[in-house]
Amino acid sequence: MEQQTFLNILPILIVSTTTIATIFVEAFYKRSDNLIYWLSIVSLILTLIYSILTINVQNLNFSNTLHSGGITNLFYFVLSLTSLLVIISARDYLLRAKYHHGEFYILIFSSLLGMMLMASSRDLILTFLGLELMSLSFYVLAGYNRKVLFNNEASLKYFLLGAFASGFLLYGIALIYGSAQTTNILLIVNEFNNLLLKPLFVLGLVLLLIGFSFKVASVPFHMWVPDVYEGSPTVVSALMSTAGKTAAFAALIISFYGSTTSQVNFEIVAKIISYLAIASMLIGSITAIAQTNLKRMLAYSSIAHAGYMLIGIASANKLGMSGVIFYLIVYSFMNVASFILISLMENDFEKRISLNDFIGLANTHPWYAAIMALMMFALSGLPPFGGFFGKYYVFLAAIKADLTYLAVIGVISSVISAYFYLRVVVYMYFRTNEERKDIFHTSADNFVLVLCTLFVLQLGITPNLVLDLITRFLP
Amino acid sequence: MIEQYIPLILAILIALLFSLFLLKASSWFGPQRPNPEKLSTYESGMEPVRTARERFSVKFYIVAIMFIIFDIEVVFLYPWAVNLKNLIDLMGFFIIAEMFIFIIILLAGYLYLLKKGALKWD
Amino acid sequence: MTLEQITFIILALIGLTSALMLIIQKNPVYSVLLLILHFFALAGFYLLLNAQFIAVLQILVYAGAIMVLFVFVIMLLNLSNEEALKDPFNLRKIIASIFGVVLILQFGVFFFIKAKDDLNVTISPNSIEAGSIKKISEVLFSTYLIPFEVTSFILLVGIIAAIVLAKRKFE
Repeated sequence: MEQQTFLNILPILIVSTTTIATIFVEAFYKRSDNLIYWLSIVSLILTLIYSILTINVQNLNFSNTLHSGGITNLFYFVLSLTSLLVIISARDYLLRAKYHHGEFYILIFSSLLGMMLMASSRDLILTFLGLELMSLSFYVLAGYNRKVLFNNEASLKYFLLGAFASGFLLYGIALIYGSAQTTNILLIVNEFNNLLLKPLFVLGLVLLLIGFSFKVASVPFHMWVPDVYEGSPTVVSALMSTAGKTAAFAALIISFYGSTTSQVNFEIVAKIISYLAIASMLIGSITAIAQTNLKRMLAYSSIAHAGYMLIGIASANKLGMSGVIFYLIVYSFMNVASFILISLMENDFEKRISLNDFIGLANTHPWYAAIMALMMFALSGLPPFGGFFGKYYVFLAAIKADLTYLAVIGVISSVISAYFYLRVVVYMYFRTNEERKDIFHTSADNFVLVLCTLFVLQLGITPNLVLDLITRFLP
Repeated sequence: MIEQYIPLILAILIALLFSLFLLKASSWFGPQRPNPEKLSTYESGMEPVRTARERFSVKFYIVAIMFIIFDIEVVFLYPWAVNLKNLIDLMGFFIIAEMFIFIIILLAGYLYLLKKGALKWD
Repeated sequence: MTLEQITFIILALIGLTSALMLIIQKNPVYSVLLLILHFFALAGFYLLLNAQFIAVLQILVYAGAIMVLFVFVIMLLNLSNEEALKDPFNLRKIIASIFGVVLILQFGVFFFIKAKDDLNVTISPNSIEAGSIKKISEVLFSTYLIPFEVTSFILLVGIIAAIVLAKRKFE
């Protein structure tokens, strides 16, 4: 291996070495949890810095299987930043749950490794392995606190359905390999037009799409989402709903990016994706209205957001793809902050946080109420927060691609979703309750929340800065 | 192409037939005196209290899963070991480093499970 | 009919029957044994496709190791009362069966009518070479180096998962 290759894949090497190192630490030190916590934070910060520094050096490594630099490093940055935020705030949550062990961080690291591989892979085999690594770690993380029945339920449901989806994905990859005689995404994309004439390839593509739509949580493969997000430890839900979605969308964007550059006959696939998008947006937003449990509500909102993001993929132009990436970045910050706010209210881990727990939060904890309100405004897509521009870009891309009906349905669904997001704000500010709610906050959580707030505000005020960066690095 | 497997198929067939024959032979040649007592569970001459099918402890399962994980590791070692000389000619000593990394990663897992007492029977 | 076709038909019959019996069986241990038979049929298919190494692995890893796990799971769950698992044939099942039948028909139409030309391939004589351990090792350790190393991480997560979910004591 030449030195250049070594430098190219350094972010992956840092994360994988940390995984191994933390396992050794966990094996040989008695009180290892705090050491591992700090070790993982340091290594994530290193990954963040390195992936930004080398963003201009684009390369393909290991016989075109692994891409580095450019958009890949941008994904690395987003994924490790999300994991960093989650890890920082997870410690106090786990200490409160009396379940603080080093394994939690090890599993987050192995899932991060899987997600980074998905984002950088240019070979379907590697994409599949990355997805499996991510999913396996998530299955365990979902059932991490095994004293709690909810956790076990979430883990088992996620595992059974996830394994099923992996089967679809693998079958799709097998059929694609059978018809294209290669698993290299770049080669397949070059031959896309010819391959689309082969029915076997189309079937493989559809099965691949099914596998990915399970991971991005779009209708009709969304059944696991509410139960898993509700049952898992809240910090894990934060990671699954943001980084997991980002990684799955990264793989989707890489697989379908060829549709934007060359004269590809993308219509069949675009049609399927737009149906998925419509169903996800409407079912997600409408079902979320009925939820009083906050985590379930966010789960359905996550389904709806997957729908908005799929619009960007379906429109198959450069703006759409960069819009999706922008949306993913904003969504990560919004959702991490919302889930962490919910996690701060949890003390008894058998009890779920419902809307009623937010009554009168503005009186007792005005700052937390303000951040929650801001996140809800951002999630519903009100200007001038980051969430607005995420939606704006994908809708614009849809109109450019003559898919105006998608944008119209997107706007309608956003209006519907405003109801349940703003309901949280109403409960916090306009209802009062004698009973005082405790918020178990620490400086680490405050730091994460402030950081997320700043990012969401910044992305709302100067969205062009980030969008230009994304567009510059899209191939 | 399939012709090369004919000896294999023959061997499997002979093994199947021979074992079936042995199974049947005992019932052909042996005496037959059926009795319901012969089919009941032997419990020191007492009436059986409950079913003999006990629930397994999860410990067995952990040992089995560890076995499979390291079994799969060996599966990856196999093509490497068989073709090592040729691979060194092709890629130099990088091929040794590759397998070394692979083993170290799983060694971490092995030490971890050893230290956590996954193989202890308590 | 060539020898390949006859072998294929025999293997297909064994595979399909064992798979069907596997689902119909009431006793889970019988299902496991039938699954082993099914794996042997699959190994036969791999041999037909000149993937000798995969065929050996199929028997070593699946029929050998994975099945041990299956048996342990069955004993762990101890499904003595199978009646409790039986639920009546309700609306949900009817809808599911309709979808299942439609899916099977779709696949049938697809493979036998639409994709007929795609499937009409002959096994090239070179594929004996491609399925050999030598060839596999050359590709696995050069082109697919990263996927190879990633598998070790997946196995690692398996170890940690088993300990986190089944072993770790609460302090």
